[in-house]
Amino acid sequence: MSWKTLSREKEKMNDLFKIVIGLVLFFGLFSIPFWAGSSSGGNGPEIVVKEGTEACVESKEFMRPNHMHLLDQWRDSVVRDNDRVYTNASGKHFEKSLTKTCLNCHSNKEEFCDRCHDYMGVKPYCWSCHLSSEEQI
Amino acid sequence: MKILSPLILLIILILIAWVGTALAGLETLFGLVIPYVALILFIAGFLYRIYYWSRSPVPFRIPTTCGQAKSLDWIKRDRFESPSNLFETLIRMAMEILLFRSLFRNTKAELKPGPNLHYGSNKWLWLGGMVFHWTFLVIILRHYRFFLEPIPFVISLTEKIDSFFQVALPILYLSDILILAALTFLILRRIFGGPVRYMSLFQDYFPLYLISGIVLSGMMMRYLTKTDIIKVKQLSQSLIHFDFTVPSGIGAIFYIHLFLVCVLVSYFPYSKLMHMGGIFFSPTRNLANNSREKRHINPWNPDVKIRTYHDYEEDFRDKMIASGIPLDKD
Repeated sequence: MSWKTLSREKEKMNDLFKIVIGLVLFFGLFSIPFWAGSSSGGNGPEIVVKEGTEACVESKEFMRPNHMHLLDQWRDSVVRDNDRVYTNASGKHFEKSLTKTCLNCHSNKEEFCDRCHDYMGVKPYCWSCHLSSEEQI
Repeated sequence: MKILSPLILLIILILIAWVGTALAGLETLFGLVIPYVALILFIAGFLYRIYYWSRSPVPFRIPTTCGQAKSLDWIKRDRFESPSNLFETLIRMAMEILLFRSLFRNTKAELKPGPNLHYGSNKWLWLGGMVFHWTFLVIILRHYRFFLEPIPFVISLTEKIDSFFQVALPILYLSDILILAALTFLILRRIFGGPVRYMSLFQDYFPLYLISGIVLSGMMMRYLTKTDIIKVKQLSQSLIHFDFTVPSGIGAIFYIHLFLVCVLVSYFPYSKLMHMGGIFFSPTRNLANNSREKRHINPWNPDVKIRTYHDYEEDFRDKMIASGIPLDKD
């Protein structure tokens, strides 16, 4: 007696290929920072202040995270209330002015402002009205 | 209790990070060790989940369709509601993942006085879900500025659009406001949603609270208490370059934010949040509805031994002729 075996083309158990593509895409995109590298090799930016200058209006520890807030307050109080004098924590007085006060010491925009702002991808709109000292009209 | 206990857990987590960094000064632990452990837990758990799911056989086509399948030429078909090939399925999946299309069809049954049972479309969950997921994506993309250098154009562009209205300084991100609104809605929906509240468990509230905690601590750092983000970027660069250094003086609020993110990331693969990978493994979505064109045979069907009448006739030919039984093949 003769018997035959009936076999048909069967379904694959799963889509391993598609799953691997998906995983590679997901982990590839998500791990970009690990393999993209960075231009500064992990060190933060170095900033330059004009030599032979006095201390800033507030401490460095305060200014680093808060300078934008201070400038914002200065702008509002000067423009709205005509209040042009800033008294700092130790009682010293300063004129509330980006160009006259801040830029006196922090005279080089490229080497001071821009370094950190570029490093963090911050684009402040100070310079859409104010001119840095090197710029000419 | 289901509503309050995840909140208590969140407060405990915040206290752990605060005590650990502000009081105990364990910045290496919270800045280096815990992020790496969280990342390993995330990758290992994610891969294990995918491996586990990929082992489930999918022998048959079981897509849920809501349109006419491909049939005779003169029957108008619906390509994306009832996809018949890989391309159409990909489009359907993309619409599902990017636009939550099936949730858009959400209906709600309400018993009104009468008694009268009303069915109506209910788009609120769809809207809340869309806002939440998209703003979360935008926020994650924005955070790549802490990890990449130089910062790619796509990331700057995202940030630029997100700060479009230039409200306040630092500029208020639209995504921050929208994600808070969406999270509030999603939490309140569970608490005051009647039947939804009955179904909601600890593990439904916890991720919502945790993400709210992350958003609020992040917003605090940006808008209120301020953190030196140059140092934060130095820490993130140290993490991705395996330098194992922690800049000092970042502040406890940052470590609370980072610790909550680590908790979220390590909790991710072991929770409902894994629907991120699971959507790709939904056979009711990711299969083409081509059962009429192609026969799908279960792979573990045994090979069936058969004997045809033709074989039978061959075997008993002589005897059949002798008894006068007619043959198919002479």
